[in-house]
Amino acid sequence: MSVYHQNKSRFIQIMIVAVFAIITGQLIHLQIFSTKYRIMADNNAIFRKVIYPDRGIIFDRKHRAILENTIMYDLMVIPSNAKNIDKEALCKLLNIDTTEYRKRIVTAIIKNTSVKSSVFEPLLSPELYARLNENIYKFPGFMLQERSIRSYPYNTAAAILGYLGEVDTAFLRKYKSEGYEMGDYTGLNGLERTYEKVLMGQRGIKRFLRDNRGRIQGSFEKGAFDTVAIAGRNLYTSIDIEVQQLAEKLLQNKIGSAVAINPKTGSIIAMATSPSYNPNTLIGSERRKNFGRLLLDTARPLLNRAIKGQYPPGSTFKPLGGLVALDEGLITPSYGFNCFGAYVNCGKAVRCTHAGGGHAANLRKAIAYSCNSYFVHVFRMAVDNPLYANPQKGYLKWKNYMNTFGLGVPLGIDLPGEVKASIPDTSRYNKDFGGFARWNSCNILTLGIGQDRMTATPLQLANLMCIIANKGYYYTPHIVDSIENETIEDTAYLTKYRTKHDVTHVADSIYQTIQDGMEDVTIYGTASFLKVPGHSYCAKTGTAQNPHGKNHAVFTAFAPKNNPKIAVAVVVENSGYGGTWAGPVATLLMEKYLNDTLSTASAKKAEDFSKINLIPEAIKRWYHRKDSIRVAREREKEKEMEKTHEIEADSIVNTKTTFDPEAEPNRKNDDNKNEQQNIIKQPPMLNNQQNDKKKKKAN
Amino acid sequence: MTHQYHSMRASQKADYIVVWLYAILVAIGIFCIFMVEYNPDHDIFQSFIGGKTNYSRQLFFAGFCIIVATFILLSDSKIYTAFSNLLYAFGILLMLATFVIGENINGSKSWIRLGGGFNLQPAELCKIFTALALAKFLSRQETDFSKLKSQIIGAAIAMVPAILAIAQQETGLALVYSAFFIVMYREGMPATILIIGFSFAALVIATLLLEPNTLALILTGIALFFIYLLRKQIKKQKKILTSIIVIWVICVGIQRFAVPYIFNNVLKCYQSTRVYSMVGKDYDCSLNKHATASPTKTVRKPDDYNVRQSKIAIGSGGALGKGFLKGTQTRGKYVPEQHTDFIFTSIGEAFGFVGSFIFLLLYLALLFRIIFIAERQRSTFSRVYAYSVASIIFFHLTVNISMTIGLFPIIGIPLPLVSYGGSSLLTFTMLIFILLRLDADRQMVLR
Repeated sequence: MSVYHQNKSRFIQIMIVAVFAIITGQLIHLQIFSTKYRIMADNNAIFRKVIYPDRGIIFDRKHRAILENTIMYDLMVIPSNAKNIDKEALCKLLNIDTTEYRKRIVTAIIKNTSVKSSVFEPLLSPELYARLNENIYKFPGFMLQERSIRSYPYNTAAAILGYLGEVDTAFLRKYKSEGYEMGDYTGLNGLERTYEKVLMGQRGIKRFLRDNRGRIQGSFEKGAFDTVAIAGRNLYTSIDIEVQQLAEKLLQNKIGSAVAINPKTGSIIAMATSPSYNPNTLIGSERRKNFGRLLLDTARPLLNRAIKGQYPPGSTFKPLGGLVALDEGLITPSYGFNCFGAYVNCGKAVRCTHAGGGHAANLRKAIAYSCNSYFVHVFRMAVDNPLYANPQKGYLKWKNYMNTFGLGVPLGIDLPGEVKASIPDTSRYNKDFGGFARWNSCNILTLGIGQDRMTATPLQLANLMCIIANKGYYYTPHIVDSIENETIEDTAYLTKYRTKHDVTHVADSIYQTIQDGMEDVTIYGTASFLKVPGHSYCAKTGTAQNPHGKNHAVFTAFAPKNNPKIAVAVVVENSGYGGTWAGPVATLLMEKYLNDTLSTASAKKAEDFSKINLIPEAIKRWYHRKDSIRVAREREKEKEMEKTHEIEADSIVNTKTTFDPEAEPNRKNDDNKNEQQNIIKQPPMLNNQQNDKKKKKAN
Repeated sequence: MTHQYHSMRASQKADYIVVWLYAILVAIGIFCIFMVEYNPDHDIFQSFIGGKTNYSRQLFFAGFCIIVATFILLSDSKIYTAFSNLLYAFGILLMLATFVIGENINGSKSWIRLGGGFNLQPAELCKIFTALALAKFLSRQETDFSKLKSQIIGAAIAMVPAILAIAQQETGLALVYSAFFIVMYREGMPATILIIGFSFAALVIATLLLEPNTLALILTGIALFFIYLLRKQIKKQKKILTSIIVIWVICVGIQRFAVPYIFNNVLKCYQSTRVYSMVGKDYDCSLNKHATASPTKTVRKPDDYNVRQSKIAIGSGGALGKGFLKGTQTRGKYVPEQHTDFIFTSIGEAFGFVGSFIFLLLYLALLFRIIFIAERQRSTFSRVYAYSVASIIFFHLTVNISMTIGLFPIIGIPLPLVSYGGSSLLTFTMLIFILLRLDADRQMVLR
C-alpha cells in the first residue's frame, strides 16, 4: 500500500516537472529563439518621429534670398480633450458651420484616434492665426502648431524655382531606397526637384515611448538612438531677380518666353515664361484650388516655355545659316545674291520683304535686311555641296552643324523636363516624301530661313547667341552656380556646367563677319529702331510662321558687341513682327542688366509695353467663358479631377483643352520620342507643301 | 500538554521554508504590480503609502494577510477538522447568495460587496472549504476510497462549487476545481479516469488542429495498429477487438460530432474563438448558435489581442530582459489586465528568460515542499488537504502561465500570491497557513 502511494506521489511530482518543462520550453521558444517579438514590441511602443530639417535657401546673383522658409501654423485638435467648448465661437472664428465642425472632428478621430492630435485646419492665414492665438485658451483640446513652409519673397520665378508637393504612391515606388514616407514633401518641379537632395537636408528621427492608446510617454532610452536633423544646404544661383522681374513684367499679357544668359559662364540671368503664376499661391491652404486652376488653364501657365516651348526660329536662324556656308567655304563674306523680292529657283516663290536695291549684296547686308532669298540659296548650296555624294549626305552634314551648335539636342540645363526641340533627321523627310532620297534641297528649302520642321527652344536660341558672342564656345546653360558646403557629388554634378564646350574649329574671322552682320541689324537693319543705351549690341530679328495663327515674334541678341556679357532670346507667340514685339523685351533686359537700371525713357517704355495685350483671341475668349457663371458649375467637376501630384503637369492639360495655344508646332516629330510629353494628340501638322504655299517672309 | 503550550509550539514548528517562499512570492507580486503601474511623475514612497495605487493596496492586503496568517497559526488545528463540513456548507450558501445579492464586477455576478471598497468572491473562498471538506470526507474511517460510491461522493464535493461557479459565469474558477482530481488520484482514484480525461483533451485539441478527415484516418490507423499489436490476444479474447472498435467509434464520434457541437452550441462565440486562437486558428462565429442573435456586430476586434500582446511582452524580454522598469510594453500598458491575470508578462519582459525561469523555480520549490509536507503527515486529513493546496496552486500556475505564453486559452484566473487582488491573496494565504498549522501537528492523527 505504501509503495503504491509512493508511486502515485512520484507520478504527481513527475507530472509537475513535465508541465514546468513544457512551460520552460515555450519560454525558450518565445524569449530566446524568436526575434519577431522584439520587433513587434518596438512597433508597439516606439514611436518614430521624423524631424524635418529646414530646406535650403535659394539665393540670386546678388545673394538675395529668392526662395526661403517661413513659419505657418496649423490648428490642431485632440478630440477627446475638445469637449465642452464653445463650438459656435470657434466655428465663427474659422468661418465654418457646426456640421462641418462635427465632420472634421469625426475625420480626425477616424484618422488618428481621439487621443492623438490631428490637423483641424491646416496652414492658417496670418490674420486667422492672430485671431485664434488670442482666443485659443478658450478652446481646450485645440492648439496651434507651427510648420515650416516655403516662401517666395519676390513672388516671381515660379517656373525656375518649382514647388513642393506631397509624395504619392508612384513616387514612393520609384524612389523606394531614398527613405521617403507617405506624407513627406518633395520638390516636384524646377530647382526644388533638380536639387531635392541638396535642399532637403537630412531628416532626423526621434524615438518616443508611446502607450497602448498612442500617447507619448517620453523619449525612448533618453534619446540614445535619436538622430539629428541636418538642415538643407543653400543654392547660389546666377539669377538676377530684378532682371527676372522685369522679364516677367514685360511678358505680361503675352504668351512667350525670354531667356538671358551670361555667355562667358553659361549662367542664366533670367528665364521668364508667360503666362506664369505667383508661386506663393501654391503654398498654404489654397494650394489645391490654385493648382487645379493652373492645371486647367488653357494658356498653360505651368509650362516652362523657355525649356519646353518649341518654336520655329525663323529668321533668327539666318546668322547660323551664313556661318555654316562660310565655314564650308561655299561663300565668302562678300558673296551676294540678286534678290528681287522672292526666291523662285525651286519653282514656287519664297517671298522676301525687301526687293532689289542690293539688299543682299553681301552677307552682312543679307543679315541686316534679313533676306530670305539669300539664306534659302545659301542653305541649298550647303545641302547640294558637291563635296558630298547626294543632298541627303549634304543635309546630314548641315544637321551635324546644327547639333554642334546646340539645336535639336537637349542642352542639359539643371531644370527638369527640358526638350530637345527638332532638327529633323533624313528619315523624317524620307517618310514625308514617300521614300528614300525622294527629296532634294528644293523640297526643304525653308529650313534655310528657320522654318519647315526646324524648331528650337528659347534656351537653345539664347545658347546659340552665346556661341556666336563667344566666337565658338559655350558653357552648358545652368541656374545654380554653387552649392553651400559643396560635396564631392555636388562638384561632380556641377562639373558639367563648369566645362567649356568648344563648338567647332570655325575661324574667328567667320564669327567676326556674322557679328558684324548682326550689329548691322541694330544699326540700319531690321532692329535699327531698338537701342541699348550706352552699348553696341548684335541682334537678329525673326518672324516665324506657324500653323496656329499670327506669326511668332522672335528676337535674339547679345551685348556689348566687343565684350559680350549677356545673350538674350525672346519669343512672343502669335504677336507679329519680331523686332516690334520681341525686340523691346530683349533690349530692355540687356539695358537693365548692363546698366543695372533702366533710363527714365526705357522705364516708361517698359511700363507701356507690359500693358499691351497680345494674347490670341481664342484664349481671351476662353478666359471670358471661364469667368461666366456657367463655369462656376464646371469648377465643381474640376475639383474632383484635380490631381495634386503632377510632376509633368503639362501632359494632362493637353487632353482637356480645346484650344492649344501652341508652343510646339512640330510636336509629333519622331525626333522627340524621348520627351515625356509626346503622348499629346495634336491637330495634324501642316505639311510642307502647305507651308510652302503660304509663303513667308521674315521681317 | 496544555492548550496554550500546544499553540506556542505550533507557531514555532511552522515550516519556515514554505513561509519564506510565500513571503518572497508575495513581495515579488507587489514589485510586479509596482512595475506595471509605475509612473515616474509620482513620488514612489507617497504612492506606496497613499493607497490609491494597486501596489499600495496589495501591500495593505499583504499586511492584512499577515494578521490572518498569525491567527491561523495560533489557532487549534482541531477546529479545521471539526468545522470543515460546516464551512463547506457555509461556502456553498455564500455562493448561492451571490445569485441574490451578488454584485456585477467585470461581467460576472460572483462578488459580494463588503463595504469600504472591498469585495469578496465566495467562489475563491470556497476552494479552501472544498479542500477541507474533501479532506474530512476522505479521512473518515468508514470511507473506502477504492469503492466507486466514495469516489462519486468525493467528486461531487469538488464539483458542486464548480457547477455554481459556472452558473456565475466564472469558468476559470470552475476549472480550478478539477485540480481536486489530482488529489483523488493520489488517494486511490484509478488512473484510468485521469488518462481518459487527458485523452479527451488531446482529442479535442487534435480536432481543432487537424482536418476532420485526416484525423479520422489517423484514428483509424491507430485502431488498426492496436489490432495488429494485440492480434494474439484478440484470437484468444474477441472482447478486446470489440472494445477497440467501440473506442474507435467513440473517438471518431467525438471528433466528428461532439466537439463541433460543443463549440457551436454550448460555448459562447468569444469562448470558442479563444480556444481556436490558442491553436492559431480562426473560429467562424457565424456557425455559433449564440452569435446569430447579434449579426450587427460587424466591427471585430481581434480576440487574440490579449495573448498576442502578452506574447510580445514576454518574447521581447529576450534572454536577460529589458531591466527593472524598462519594459516598453509594460510602461505602455499594451498588455490588458497586466496587474492581475497577466502579471507574469511584466517579469518576462523586465527580466527575460533567466528571470522567468528563476521565478518558476520558486514555484516549483513551493510545490515540491508542499508535496513533501503532505507525505510526512500521519493523518489522512492533513495529507489530503496538503495535496489539495498543491493541486490548486499547481493548477492556477499552469493555466495562468500557459495562457500568457499562448499554450492555453485565456481563462481569467490569477497567478497565486503574485497577481493583484485581495480575495485571491487571502485565499492562498489561508490555504497555505492552514496547511502549516496542520503540519505543525503532524504527529497527531486528526479526523
